[in-house]
Amino acid sequence: MENEVQDQAERKASRKSVAFTDEQLVVETDGSITIMSAAEEPKETAQSHTPPAADEAAPPEDGGLDLSLLKKKKKKKKVEGLDGDAEAEDGAAPAEDGGLDLTMKKKKKKVKKAEGAEEDEFTAKLKQLEVKDTEDAEETAPQDAGDMETGTGVWSHSESKTIPYTLLLSRFFTVLSQKNPDHSLSGTKSYKIPPPQCMREGNRKTVFANIADICKRMKRTEEHVTAYLFAELGTNGSVDGNRRLVIKGRFQQKQIENVVRKYIIEYVTCKTCKSPDTELNKGENRLYFITCNNCGSRRSVTAIKTGFSAQIGKRKKMQG
Amino acid sequence: MSIENLKTFDPFAEADDDTGDIKKVENHIHIRIQQRNGRKSLTTVTGLPAKFDPGKILTFFRKEFACNGNKVNDEKAGEVIQLQGDQRKKVLDFLVDKKAGLGLNPDNITVHGA
Repeated sequence: MENEVQDQAERKASRKSVAFTDEQLVVETDGSITIMSAAEEPKETAQSHTPPAADEAAPPEDGGLDLSLLKKKKKKKKVEGLDGDAEAEDGAAPAEDGGLDLTMKKKKKKVKKAEGAEEDEFTAKLKQLEVKDTEDAEETAPQDAGDMETGTGVWSHSESKTIPYTLLLSRFFTVLSQKNPDHSLSGTKSYKIPPPQCMREGNRKTVFANIADICKRMKRTEEHVTAYLFAELGTNGSVDGNRRLVIKGRFQQKQIENVVRKYIIEYVTCKTCKSPDTELNKGENRLYFITCNNCGSRRSVTAIKTGFSAQIGKRKKMQG
Repeated sequence: MSIENLKTFDPFAEADDDTGDIKKVENHIHIRIQQRNGRKSLTTVTGLPAKFDPGKILTFFRKEFACNGNKVNDEKAGEVIQLQGDQRKKVLDFLVDKKAGLGLNPDNITVHGA
């Protein structure tokens, strides 16, 4: 049983998404993450499962940008989770951990039904999952006739037919979100960071204005983030008077955002519990370690390496 | 017969050489991008496995991606393939593709840059 719970916790964690947002006080100074308002949350979590194309279109809705590089992995995991006895486990676990899990699953299904047509890329990638889902839909559709609120159809008091698992599960979550919204939300908490503000300085320099703010949210030193940015973008730059980062080369907000996403996945989120509440400090052997404040796990992270950089521009410089 | 104890071994030498790190780089492929002037860019592929001939791969890339490119021998990174333009995705596809490409493990390949 314990194993099941652990397994469950892991799966739950893997679905957590990291997102950029405009909301100002999402990650507080003490490290706690404020939960977003009830109306907004489901939409955002749903976004994290939509394909990149839909992702780009989505931000205007909440002004935030979803940070879900882990998307593909998540999906695959879900396919596994749906198979066979894993499903039975799923059924048992929500009761144990307060029903925090599976919220994503349900929401995902909703998304699929609503936006199925738009998600070409998505559908292509996950054909098998899709097939499975449509099967599900067919299966449940005829029985869905009854209204669970009013107690008709399958839900009527005198009905003796066995109610399928999927229906029971959906009932569980509707009731949960009605009666106890806090519980249904806590599983889908997502990590939010303000979108990077990028400005062009002159023709070939980019200013990353809110790096200080972002670093504060992530609880990482600016030097570390800067080093990573430069290594990833293959450039260099400097910090100006207002603690803004000046990067050589033209970069768009989206590009910077992608790199910050990678950074968060690599150096901020805890690999065990996916919590962003972690600390980075130097260990014994010149290695950097991430210590999770949530689950207490400690892991080493790779040092930032610039790698090979090709000679660009004047050859004279190389010789001289 | 050698006396194990009397071998000259400097425990601090290894750390400076960073031998372990370089070995790791060898079997891990990095695909990077660098910005050049204007909207031009340069793709570099480092750490290709030794069993593949970089020259042949380069000729293939040049023909397939319709770009110029060259290989550079770097002290640290070894043979490096440089390609004109942003070819990261195509290179990755080729390296991973089992049928038409090299069929390498995608876990060993890192694509850098935004």
